[in-house]
Amino acid sequence: MGMTIAEKIIALAAGVPQVKAGDIHTVNLDRMMSNDGTTHLTVDMYNNKLKNPRIADPKRMVFIVDHNMPCDSPKTAASQKKMGDFARKNGIDFWEGRGVCHQIMMEHYVCPGELIFGADSHTCTYGALGAFGTGVGCTDLLYGMVTGTSWVLVPETIKFNLTGRLREGVYPRDLMLTIIGQIGASGASYQVMEFCGDGAGTLSVDDRMVLCNLAVEAGAKTAIFEADHIALSWLKARGRSPKAVFKSDEDAVYVKEYTFDLSEIRPVAARPDFVDDVVPAEEVCGVRIDEAFLGSCNNGRINDLRVGASILKGRSVCDHVRFLVVPASDQVYLQALEEGLIDTFMKSGAIVMNPNCSVCWGSCQGVIGEEEVLISTGTRNFKGRAGHPSSKVYLASAATVAASAVKGEICTADML
Amino acid sequence: MEQFTGKVWVLGDDIDTDIIIPTEYLALKTIEDMKQYGFSPLRPELAAKIGKGDIIVAGRNFGCGSSREQAPEVIKALGIRCIIAKSFARIFFRNSINNGLLLMEQPDLYDDMEEGGEITVTVNQHILYKGKNYPIAALPHNLVEIIEAGGLVKAMRIRNGLGNEH
Amino acid sequence: MGQTIIEKIISRNTGSFQVKPGDIVTLSVDRVMVDDIMIPFIVDKFREMGFTKVWDPDKVVMIYDHLVPASQLDDIRHYKAGDEFAREYGIKHVHRSDGICHQLMTEAGYVKPGDVVFGTDSHTTTYGCVGAFSTGIGYTEMAAILGTGSLWVKVPETIKIIIEGTLPENVMSKDVILKIIGDLGADGATYKALEFAGSGVEHMSISSRMTMANMAIEAGAKCALFTPDEKTARYCEIELDEFQKQLKGDEDGIYYKVLTYRGDEFVPVMACPSQVDKIRDVKSLEGISIDQVFIGSCTNGRLEDLAAAAKILEGKKAAPFVKLIVTPASRKVYEEAAACGILKTLIQAGAVVTHPGCGLCCGRTGGILCDGERVVATNNRNFLGRMGTSKVEIYLASPAVAAACAVAGKIVSP
Repeated sequence: MGMTIAEKIIALAAGVPQVKAGDIHTVNLDRMMSNDGTTHLTVDMYNNKLKNPRIADPKRMVFIVDHNMPCDSPKTAASQKKMGDFARKNGIDFWEGRGVCHQIMMEHYVCPGELIFGADSHTCTYGALGAFGTGVGCTDLLYGMVTGTSWVLVPETIKFNLTGRLREGVYPRDLMLTIIGQIGASGASYQVMEFCGDGAGTLSVDDRMVLCNLAVEAGAKTAIFEADHIALSWLKARGRSPKAVFKSDEDAVYVKEYTFDLSEIRPVAARPDFVDDVVPAEEVCGVRIDEAFLGSCNNGRINDLRVGASILKGRSVCDHVRFLVVPASDQVYLQALEEGLIDTFMKSGAIVMNPNCSVCWGSCQGVIGEEEVLISTGTRNFKGRAGHPSSKVYLASAATVAASAVKGEICTADML
Repeated sequence: MEQFTGKVWVLGDDIDTDIIIPTEYLALKTIEDMKQYGFSPLRPELAAKIGKGDIIVAGRNFGCGSSREQAPEVIKALGIRCIIAKSFARIFFRNSINNGLLLMEQPDLYDDMEEGGEITVTVNQHILYKGKNYPIAALPHNLVEIIEAGGLVKAMRIRNGLGNEH
Repeated sequence: MGQTIIEKIISRNTGSFQVKPGDIVTLSVDRVMVDDIMIPFIVDKFREMGFTKVWDPDKVVMIYDHLVPASQLDDIRHYKAGDEFAREYGIKHVHRSDGICHQLMTEAGYVKPGDVVFGTDSHTTTYGCVGAFSTGIGYTEMAAILGTGSLWVKVPETIKIIIEGTLPENVMSKDVILKIIGDLGADGATYKALEFAGSGVEHMSISSRMTMANMAIEAGAKCALFTPDEKTARYCEIELDEFQKQLKGDEDGIYYKVLTYRGDEFVPVMACPSQVDKIRDVKSLEGISIDQVFIGSCTNGRLEDLAAAAKILEGKKAAPFVKLIVTPASRKVYEEAAACGILKTLIQAGAVVTHPGCGLCCGRTGGILCDGERVVATNNRNFLGRMGTSKVEIYLASPAVAAACAVAGKIVSP
């Protein structure tokens, strides 16, 4: 019987010829990522709960400080110090302040065919390169760190057939929000979202990251694209080579299939407080905003900044709006600097921050107050996520966010 | 002449405004919210122990650092009646006067003073401690005016014809 | 009888022929600066005082800097209070995310030589760099000025500080002012004006002078003044008028004290935890390990400071496990640093470059530390608990020293 890409990756990691949905397998983990959101807890468990603490292979571990960067309190500083000290002592790769963890992982580590655990729900991003990345809690991560292995329940796969091409002014973010709006926040629970079809071939690796990253908002265990020539040349340009390149078999089993025609996608927004409450952007136009955010592991890459800067060029951020622009990594920042995008943002009156999770994480940088409204390219719009419990978050594309920052109320780019 | 007696807390030289009230707490809504953090970097237990009518005796340069007026306001809110130091930083001095917090410069008391002791202050004249008199200078006239009005806010209310009943 | 600079400014402002130290005078205020931390308090006091209008809205500058970007929910209240106050009273000069108040006041042209300026922040002394009398006040006095346009001051005595000759390489004006603070003591200039003179300060850029005027408060000074010169005129984009041209201390002016230094005698120094006047040669501290370096603040977050750091960091990396945080002083500084490649160098060296603002210096966010950590910082205060817990050790230094320490991961001379 045929296998999907996800099944093939699990089979390889489990050292077995064949797996099928519903099987439970012990797998070797190719890599584990942990960030400052929870690493201190993992380290505490490692130090206090284990009889013979050891790390299976420090080279497979990556620690990344991105959530509270720079630190906003002695408490977060202490967590980061614990993380840094542990990494130093055990020879673990340690990234501090270089960017959002998933972006760093994509730029420097992820390879097609790998099975990767990350102590962060958006680890599913790595499917953009044909890797199986999934978010786990710190207990799972600790087990993986100590043994180098874990168990997985082989998930079912849903096929998303993408056809056509996105129109100008419509972005992968609109596409993914539309998909989530249609299938719902639990529409892919514990399943894999596999993106394929001609439409997939029109998407760059960065675009694919947008789709895979948000898969968890539909409840998915992960999302994945085939590592095609676009993915492989992207990888090669960064000096890496794949672990394995898989295609889904013709007779692979899918639990469900959807088809989305990219050319029919329009700018959309997710309304507070649910990622799947997705409506055409026009329906929320006119809502007064207090803050706008362009950044995050979902939408803080160079294309997003280009789109944002093209709208801000020669315009000013509205007086009553705080517009935070936060590149996803140093590489993205330096590229944006080179292209003059940073200058455009600064001249328009935006607040340009160092690469980090920023207000998408919502605990320290750019928090929003009582009854305030944020329009964001971040990953989530849950109640109170960006600050005060009464505050509201709308999710939209970089274009809609930038246009709204100029207007002071939600609007699409073509309405400026 | 106004006279009062109080229990003394002794603090050292260069008690800066960040010790009196750290920046971390400066945006709390009210002075009442802030006062529990008074002196926390140096003596976290102190704010809870200070009682109404207590007095602070300190060394040189009390109140140095920032212009934050929350510093004298927090001290006043904690119940401190007056501060006697070898010297005060300039902005802190002005801010205290403007809020009706009494400050006195006295060069010798600090060296003799033991924490927990009681002193009796006769305003504009002297301080009595363990039977010894420590002289203090009278305040300049323009400052007395502000203090007599009950602080700068009240002085301005009088100027603006709003009386002093506020 | 001759006069010092501060006496000349006050004499002119009050229209009196000649004031002398100790006189209590009422000044007409040329400009005020209100920062975000103090806004809600000022608004409350202003209303309580019963004012119905601001004396001259054009002379009021409101700057959000301590709380940008917001790190706590309470911060938002300050923006709202400021926006509302500005709207109600017609205040047009509002900077919501353009950088640190003291940088903007001179950089954006709000302060000219000879002006009398008050601000709700102690480092308002900074504007003495262009020969203005500026000093920090509390929010109650600011509320009174907003209503009346005037404030009483006692004319201070002046301490003259003469620096002759040029500074050695890798010695910056930060080293000079730290050394002076060490010599004067943290209260050595309380209630006094500092007046800088000599070829050493004439050689200095306005930025370097700003660093020194900025830190005068750390010796307790009421203000610190530099004679306006051609550099000042260029910086302020003005031609100096007759009054501004003679803003120098007279030969027969009366000084409380005169200190004389030779430029070539200065060496890189640091203020050690936790007193600003605990000054030591960097040489004597070499080898002490560090966890973080902070380059920024109204003291040392300008282009020449970032350039000095970049020169040392070029092609190098901050030591592993050492955080290097850079916070440019203003939007303009940031843009210039971006344009001339400084930001690129800093980021390639591993720096975390934040948006302009007070950042770590005011201790709310921007790189807070925890118990047992040690930081080398270019800002103005190393008080207990200022950047985290009271068990954080803060060493103050110049940007050149700070950058060298970042590379080494320990205290070293540049």
